[in-house]
Amino acid sequence: MTPDEILKGLYDETLVGNGPAVLDLTHQALGQDMQPGTLLFDALIPALEEVGARFERGDFFVPEMLIAGRAMAGSMEVLRPLLAETGVETIGKFLMGTVKGDVHDIGKNLVNIMLEGAGFEVIDLGVQVAPEKFVAAIEQHQPDIVGFSAFLTTTMPMFKANINALEKAGLRGEVIVMVGGAPVTQEYADAVGADGYAADASATVKRAKALLEARRTKVLA
Amino acid sequence: MTAPLRHTVLRSATKEVVIGADKPFCVIGERINPTGRPVLQAALREGDLSIVAKDVAAQVAGGADVLDINMGVPLTDEAELLVKAIRMVQELTDLPICIDSSVVEALEAGLAAYQGRALVNSITAEDDRMAAILPLVKKYDAAVVALPNDEDEIPMEAEKRIALTEKIVRVATEEYGIAVEDIVIDPLAMPIGADSTVGGVTLDVIRQIRERWGLNTTCGASNVSFGMPGRHAINAAWLPLAMSAGMTSAIMDARTPQIVDAVRAADLLLGNDEWGMSWIGTHRARQAAEAAAAGTA
Repeated sequence: MTPDEILKGLYDETLVGNGPAVLDLTHQALGQDMQPGTLLFDALIPALEEVGARFERGDFFVPEMLIAGRAMAGSMEVLRPLLAETGVETIGKFLMGTVKGDVHDIGKNLVNIMLEGAGFEVIDLGVQVAPEKFVAAIEQHQPDIVGFSAFLTTTMPMFKANINALEKAGLRGEVIVMVGGAPVTQEYADAVGADGYAADASATVKRAKALLEARRTKVLA
Repeated sequence: MTAPLRHTVLRSATKEVVIGADKPFCVIGERINPTGRPVLQAALREGDLSIVAKDVAAQVAGGADVLDINMGVPLTDEAELLVKAIRMVQELTDLPICIDSSVVEALEAGLAAYQGRALVNSITAEDDRMAAILPLVKKYDAAVVALPNDEDEIPMEAEKRIALTEKIVRVATEEYGIAVEDIVIDPLAMPIGADSTVGGVTLDVIRQIRERWGLNTTCGASNVSFGMPGRHAINAAWLPLAMSAGMTSAIMDARTPQIVDAVRAADLLLGNDEWGMSWIGTHRARQAAEAAAAGTA
């Protein structure tokens, strides 16, 4: 197969969530000395972006998004150490968790997949994450962005509790705070003092990139 | 050794509804809930309950047996809103109410305002949730929905959910004096789109709960089809499967005839609609409504 055929195959098979084929093509590409960064930026990420776009339009459904994400994750396990060696940098570090009292994680997991697909390093703390656990993880990992997910109107107040905990720990200025989840609105995100909100997984990626860009410009200026 | 089947009795001021395996399936109308409905949220913030009145009428017309009322509007006084909604709903209909909130103060205010015997939605196997809510269930002589998850996880294995159910039953009956038949277990019907095995696990949990304790069960019916196309068809297949395993109620949207019909047909097929009188009656009522509509057209 030519490199172009391999890239097209990787894109197509990621799009339909064919994990074994994606892994096979990844190994073929590396056997031909193709660059891991090329596979990531010219096939895997565009494929995940297309998955996100189709999901947003209602043409793709949850299982399709999950298997595409899993297919990409299989390839990423092979590529990640090589990418680190070749010095391809992630675009930012994103710490994610569902708030205390809430066990919903499908939406959060979709967002994680899309963020990874867009080049973020994602650290997922799982569900029922207490404020002090977020604080400890921010101190440990020093992420650019922290994301709080809540699926219930009754657990949304934990956004404020988390932000208060960050303030108390002196970390609020160190990290961008994003919030999301089915019942969350821009109005609510503003009311609790979050930096960003997005309504779905691909919108989260766009918003995260924009917030990161704004923060970096501000720091440089 | 199979446990005896239990009856969970709910009441409004004037009407009694019994949930049980030998009774028609209990349809708990779910729509009276502002989650994900910005227009309703905005109206409720203004104290305008007119949309709630329309939702109640639609659920009653669709054949709901009980109404679930959730007034979880962010940045408002949920207790005050819930009391107002319960009072209004009790004026509009004689159906019993399932009071749905995880704010303890709102549950207490709602229970105090409610006339009858309510269903409280919900507790989990978490000690602090049980300690906060079960005394209210006892004080106001209500029944309660319980979810077998704890602070760590929603267990994906049937055995863990059964172990947490065992804990809930033990704590509620022994420590808080709740009658066992007043515990309605939600076996946690998870979205099939995220994991193809969850349907089978939930059916297994329902069967085991029925065999071991004879308890009534309920679920958020529409949760199973989350993220999938053709959601009504999935929900309409899910409920009869769950009923066959022993599920006796569901929190569901009574406005969707496809789903309500599936439930009522399953009642008939499981022997809980004697001589099909309810099924035939519904058919006649629809015929009459169609004839009336044709006559006025």
